[in-house]
Amino acid sequence: MILGALLAVTFAAALLVFAAPDEYAPKLAFGLSLLPIAGSLYLWSAFEAGGNALTGGEIAFSTAVPWLEVAGYQLQWYVGLDGISLPLVILTSFLTSLAIVSAWTPIDDRKSQFYGLMLLMEANLLGVFTALDFFLWFVFWEAVLVPMYFLIGIWGGPRRRYAAIKFFVYTNIASLVMFIGFMMLVIGLPVNSFGLPEISQSLAAGELGSFFWLPADTLALVAFAAMFIGFAVKVPVVPVHTWLPDAHVEAPTPVSVMLAGVLLKMGTYALLRYNYTMLPTQAEYFAVPIAIIAVVSVIYGAMLALAQEDLKRIVAYSSVSSMGYVLLGLVAFTEFGLGGATFQMVAHGLISGLMFMAVGVIYNATHTRLVGDMSGLADRMPIAVWILVAGAFAYMGLPLMAGFAGEFFIFVGSFGSTVLPYAPVFTAVAMFGIVIVAGYLLRAMQGTLFGPFNLETDYDLDRAPLHDVAPLVALLAAIIVLGVVPSLFFDMIRDATVPLVELLGGGAP
Amino acid sequence: MSLVLQGTTTDWVFSVRALLPVVLLALTGLAVFGINSLRPDGRDNKLLALTSIAGTLSALAVTVWYLFAGTGQPTHGGAISLFSGAIVVDGLGLFFTAIFTSVATLVIAASYDYFETDANPASFYSLLLLSTTAMGLMAVSNSLVTVFVSLEMTSLPSYALVAYLKDNRGSVEAGLKYFLIGAVSSAVLAFGISLVYAATGSLLLPDIAAQIGSIGDLNGVLGIGIVMIAGGVAFKTASVPFHFWAPEAYEGAPAPVSAFLSSASKAAGFAVGFRVFATAFQPAIDIGIDWGLLFGILAVVTMVLGNFAAATQTEVKRMLAYSSIGHAGYALIGLAAVTAGASATNATVMGAAMAHLFVYGFMNTGAFLFIAMVERWGVGRTFEDYAGLAERAPMASLAMAVFMFSLAGLPLFGGFFSKYFLFLGAINAGFWWLAAVGAVTSTLSLFYYSRVVKALWLEEATTDLDAIGDAPTGLYAAVIVAGVVTVLLLPGFGPVIETAEAAAAALFA
Repeated sequence: MILGALLAVTFAAALLVFAAPDEYAPKLAFGLSLLPIAGSLYLWSAFEAGGNALTGGEIAFSTAVPWLEVAGYQLQWYVGLDGISLPLVILTSFLTSLAIVSAWTPIDDRKSQFYGLMLLMEANLLGVFTALDFFLWFVFWEAVLVPMYFLIGIWGGPRRRYAAIKFFVYTNIASLVMFIGFMMLVIGLPVNSFGLPEISQSLAAGELGSFFWLPADTLALVAFAAMFIGFAVKVPVVPVHTWLPDAHVEAPTPVSVMLAGVLLKMGTYALLRYNYTMLPTQAEYFAVPIAIIAVVSVIYGAMLALAQEDLKRIVAYSSVSSMGYVLLGLVAFTEFGLGGATFQMVAHGLISGLMFMAVGVIYNATHTRLVGDMSGLADRMPIAVWILVAGAFAYMGLPLMAGFAGEFFIFVGSFGSTVLPYAPVFTAVAMFGIVIVAGYLLRAMQGTLFGPFNLETDYDLDRAPLHDVAPLVALLAAIIVLGVVPSLFFDMIRDATVPLVELLGGGAP
Repeated sequence: MSLVLQGTTTDWVFSVRALLPVVLLALTGLAVFGINSLRPDGRDNKLLALTSIAGTLSALAVTVWYLFAGTGQPTHGGAISLFSGAIVVDGLGLFFTAIFTSVATLVIAASYDYFETDANPASFYSLLLLSTTAMGLMAVSNSLVTVFVSLEMTSLPSYALVAYLKDNRGSVEAGLKYFLIGAVSSAVLAFGISLVYAATGSLLLPDIAAQIGSIGDLNGVLGIGIVMIAGGVAFKTASVPFHFWAPEAYEGAPAPVSAFLSSASKAAGFAVGFRVFATAFQPAIDIGIDWGLLFGILAVVTMVLGNFAAATQTEVKRMLAYSSIGHAGYALIGLAAVTAGASATNATVMGAAMAHLFVYGFMNTGAFLFIAMVERWGVGRTFEDYAGLAERAPMASLAMAVFMFSLAGLPLFGGFFSKYFLFLGAINAGFWWLAAVGAVTSTLSLFYYSRVVKALWLEEATTDLDAIGDAPTGLYAAVIVAGVVTVLLLPGFGPVIETAEAAAAALFA
């Protein structure tokens, strides 16, 4: 019941803030957003389960209540947590609070609606990471899009309508493709519920039948491909990434933080939960093409970032690159590959959140994001600038920061993969991406932060207010803690991912 | 008096009790007449509206009570047959009566404000109530004679309602067009009935079914009769090929009347179609009169035409009119997926179509009532004119966004489940192509529905919105109630679909 209560409280908070007058909304939203944090911290402290929720492991805080029954299928309100979903729940609640604080400066219009939508999005995100019934999950999955659409479309930059609609159309079509693929799979199975554990275990037991004229083998491949396409748009990977830079550039800072920090993880989380848990054999079949997509995303995303002049676009494209690493970890299908990919989801959520916020603080002061418009900001805004530098180093994989741990695990895992042919080659090429990351981040920082002071726009630079800097400090602290003690999350992640590796008979670490 | 009616007694008290919802509606219509004739000069708008709402609400309450108590359903002795079998009270009839009375309640509440300045609102309320009464009769008609008579009783007040704004050219023109096409289709229907009578020698639906096996070489006559009756159904449900009155009538009519016609009147057409074809003409499939295929083709053409035409409209009301045609196409799947002898899948898919009409009754009525509110404000009719309304009327615009997303089938509101179960039922019955066309057109529909949301929420006002200060109580309440019900129909879809499927199953038993 505790998960139901967590969701109910978050939904209620969203409604309350939506109805509150504008002048109280920001502080009220922040205060109420502490409740989900407290809830997720309690979940963490009380979490004891081991194993993967879908493959028959223990499911923590599980609740299953019948919802409705139709055409022989039982739909349920079915929620629960395992070592994969708990870190993401913690990430979501933590990042939403900080994003709300970071909105205090830039958002000065229709405030109660803005903060209400942020909390509504948080509630749906928590639903995505806790739901264990396909329909419940799908409702939350789609419900995340609607607040996002409004958040970009109402409070975004000059081309906000175009960006909002592009985001909405891309992700909705992707959802439809995924939905059809999954439905074909379920209709081919002898199950009478949409519970993800039941479906997963039925597939593992080899019970897949045929769907009309499609025999079981082909059906599994078609379903894998459809779901992969659907989720890949959300991640996003090259070549379906084009909605992301538009959405990021037009979105206001706090919305970018949520988009990069949590929404992109929905895609990789779903890939892990569906494709890589339910259809491991098909994952092996498609390993090479998907590894190519992953590596191309890493390199091409980084090169695109290298070519940008807008700080926000640089961070946006670098997300494409980082999510490529996560995909590589998934393809490798080893203990450290899957575990590292999950860890990297959290790490990248924190780091990209930090980068977007830091860029936002600079933009609030300078009203420009173009590299050529400014230089030498370090003298005027020391704290914000040094945190941005620290974030950039975390992005580049500086040891003792969360990004290093995530990428290191992924490379260890993918190097020794037995599932992926030519694994060392793919790994080596992907590692080269780090060099490009260092290249574009150092170039951008050198141009804007250091050297003689110059600013093309006519604004007086003040020190950033405390409520702009505090979230940055909190994020940096979290990044360092996770970098020094990755086992905080990695132990439970490993508990939940090792059973998956065993689906394909083990393999190198 | 027992709580549940049972048995086949034929005294008039029993008949009145079995038909209580219809009787209550008729009495209310007469009461409105009475009030008006006692005080011919008084403008008793409030009294008339309250009387009418009391009547529809009590009819709704009785209907819901009968449905849950089991009146006329297999658990309590099965369908109640009255007047030598010409009328039959069962789950299907009660389910549809619940739709008619809900829609009528919302429309009357809205009309209180819409016709505030009208000189003689009594005629409006009584026409609406009498039309609803006749719809209740359509839903329980078990003989082709009662079908024809009740259908005419529904249509005649509707013609007057469409042309109700006597000084408005558009309204009068729409009424005339509706009347002419209605007259032609009545003639077609009457001729079809006479051909069926010629072939089978009976007008009672079960007797027709019993005779079909032994009609010998008259099956050509029967076939033509069935096609003509299908034409009558197509007119009432605004499906291809008798759809072309709908855009004109819905656009020209006062918006509350459009809401009533496109929700309740359409559902009434389906009530007749479902009962007549399932009860009387099912054996005709066995002798080669495959009306399932006919409805399949009509469903595909209706879905495609309605959705594509809606996508090209520039006026919101006309867009909704075409979308209403598209939704008739979805509901037609309930007839198209019927195959001989497969009573389980037949009941599932027809039940899903009924549930879709139920949800549609709320979301579509709400959307047209929002338009009624906009008409009352005097804002224009095109998408551009709707720009920025959310700033002045956030709650109503939120409800409109709910209606649009629900009509599009986003999985956040009731419209998702009803469409989904319809398609799933079609796939289970082997009609994957119907489901495929439905899914594709449904995705397309998101494009034009989201244009309304975009105009309301994302765009800045182009017109002077000062008139939008006053909140018309009745209209506002109707829109908000419809919105809340549309939202609640997602978690609460269970009882609706279960009742609908039980009602449909009784028809095929």
